[in-house]
Amino acid sequence: MTILTRGPEAVKLPVPAPAVKKRGRWLTITLFLLPALVLFLLLVVAPILVAVYSSAFRWNGFGGLPTNFIGFDNFTRLFGTEIFAQDLWHLLVLVLFSVCVQLPFSLAIAMLLNQRIRGRALYRVVFFAPYVLSEVITGVLFSLILSPGSGLANRMLSVFGIESEWLADPNTVMPSLFLVMTWKYFGFHMMIYLAGRQNIPNELIEAAQIDGASSWRTFRHITLPLLGPTIRISIFLSVIYTIQLFDLVWILTGGGPSHSSETMAVTMMEYGFKRSQVGYASAISVVMFVLSLVFALIYQRFVMRRDLAGATTNLGGRR
Amino acid sequence: MKRSLALIATAVLVTGCGGGGGGTAPSQPNQGGGSPAKVTLEWWHLSTAEPLKTLWAQRAKEFEAKNPNVTIKATVLENDAYKAKLTTITQSGKAPDLFATWGGGVLKQQIDAGLVKDISGDVADVLPNFTPAALSAYQLDGKTYGLPTDIGMVGFWYNKKLFEKAGITQPPATWSAFLEDVKKLKAAGVTPIALAGKEKWPGHYYWAYLAMRIAGLDALKQAAVDKDFTKPDFIAAGQQVKALADLQPFQKGFLGAAYSTPDGQSATVSNGKAAMELMGQWAPAVQNDSGKGLGDDLGFFPFPAVEGGKGSAADAFGGGGGIAVGADAPKEAVDFVKFMTEMGNHSKAVESGGVLPVLKGEESAVKDPNLKQVATMLASAGGYQLYLDQAYPPAVGQQVNDSVAELIAGTKTPEEVGADITEVAKSEE
Repeated sequence: MTILTRGPEAVKLPVPAPAVKKRGRWLTITLFLLPALVLFLLLVVAPILVAVYSSAFRWNGFGGLPTNFIGFDNFTRLFGTEIFAQDLWHLLVLVLFSVCVQLPFSLAIAMLLNQRIRGRALYRVVFFAPYVLSEVITGVLFSLILSPGSGLANRMLSVFGIESEWLADPNTVMPSLFLVMTWKYFGFHMMIYLAGRQNIPNELIEAAQIDGASSWRTFRHITLPLLGPTIRISIFLSVIYTIQLFDLVWILTGGGPSHSSETMAVTMMEYGFKRSQVGYASAISVVMFVLSLVFALIYQRFVMRRDLAGATTNLGGRR
Repeated sequence: MKRSLALIATAVLVTGCGGGGGGTAPSQPNQGGGSPAKVTLEWWHLSTAEPLKTLWAQRAKEFEAKNPNVTIKATVLENDAYKAKLTTITQSGKAPDLFATWGGGVLKQQIDAGLVKDISGDVADVLPNFTPAALSAYQLDGKTYGLPTDIGMVGFWYNKKLFEKAGITQPPATWSAFLEDVKKLKAAGVTPIALAGKEKWPGHYYWAYLAMRIAGLDALKQAAVDKDFTKPDFIAAGQQVKALADLQPFQKGFLGAAYSTPDGQSATVSNGKAAMELMGQWAPAVQNDSGKGLGDDLGFFPFPAVEGGKGSAADAFGGGGGIAVGADAPKEAVDFVKFMTEMGNHSKAVESGGVLPVLKGEESAVKDPNLKQVATMLASAGGYQLYLDQAYPPAVGQQVNDSVAELIAGTKTPEEVGADITEVAKSEE
């Protein structure tokens, strides 16, 4: 109410002494930012600091604050383990597969669904649907489908005489996991690409066609370069997601058989909650955080530099 | 005015969010000085299945009727959710007044953190009523920290029909006979054993039992103290697990199988697709739940003796469940634990088939013939070993599970398994 009656005064903003007004403006901004800021500090910054702090202790998480300070021992121990090396290897494999297989596949589907084909709206919805599903539901669904004994996949493939143990075999677990990840996420990337494609003016493509460019050349030299920013952001999202990959793996395999599909987040869960080594688990989480952060900074600095020019992340930038 | 409005809005938002983000504190029991002061007891347990769910609720009602000043607030959670929630709340330094426990290393960790009440003095009068096997998991350094409500043991649950089909007339009494029977079953086209390889705990039963039979119970307990699992007897136990795994006795895709899912270990046995499983006393109940159930075809035999081993075939391996009392709980909490484990009250739960006898002379209340066999074996058991993943500190227990899983999957050798467990045990202070 007060704001309404005070309205006209606010319009006369530049008239009163600027210094006071400016301070008042900052106060208002601060006050309005405060809730978000408090939440951010409480739920994002504080846990990070607590994790960094407790990663320097041998601590089982029980009773009060950690006391047994061991410096960087948790980290040296972590870097020496076979499991951590495996985690990194799995991360690399999944990132490579995502970038080289999943994203091109999504792009192809997006290009296909950009054509005037019958029922494309329906296809778009159907392909996007898995992304809306929760990861846990996806996990349970696929552990039933991929069950070696009675699963749908083996039943159907048995027609062709093919049979696989999918998630139960250390040799096939990673491809199977990747299959599920692709099923779940290609629709999301497809949607990003579709949106990116819509932003490319059709005139450009028509002009190329009039010049006699084949459809492949048009795609290669016009669509693809102009989709650049979209592709770069989708690679970014994909990598960050893979670093933190947890839910799907936890439900599908729990990291097994014998660590052959374990990710860093799964290892962290194992140590933090099953083995009560909270200090060590914190060290793993810190490594994950640093990995994500370093990747994000480097990627934004060198790969997405042009895309971000003038954007909010460009803190020092002038308008 | 505008500013103050913003301030108020901010304050509302901050407090609103703060309340949500901080989580709700558990309600504090009113600890008054006078005896009939109102008391609320927080009781956490994990008996989500019938008949226990109803029975425990009835007991709580009866106790409230007897003690009008007491209100019991029960929180019933499923196994994994329970463990996770209890871990979180105890890490915050406050345990519930009453909570379900398996005893052993996990309980010890909670005791060391000062979360559990020493009830030795309060329960001294009823201690002689319990069987030693049932009680042992809750006694540490001569002090009692909880009372048992259930006890059981792990053994082989087998399909009599499938054994017959393979020409096996008598359940094997020795390990070599067991391995022979596995071969016979395979030859008859029957999958000998169902195993949940995705969940690692069912696999650790094999190694634990073999270690008990070969090295002996005392050696197994001593190993946890010495933090040395590289002695020849433990390596031999690992070699026998490997010898079994080399026969490829498990169902197809067992490395990815869970325990109680529709295609898991329990269902595989329940639907007659594998001849046996090594599992605790709850196996028949879970089988009836997960598949068709075997009915009268289901039989039980204890883990066979190993020729030349130092352990006795009468030693049992398993666990039960008990109730521990939180460090700050009012004295009524202890009364409730005693009330729950009174002969008259507890034997009702035994009769229902939900739990096995923990009190001396309670065996007659067991109805099911297979469970009766388990109860009789338990009553005459020479020694008792709690599940290794509960008996040892959590990190060591999990490493045992992990290492045995790797052994069965063929990615680690028995020697490496011994070394890995030792390394983790040594790193635990």
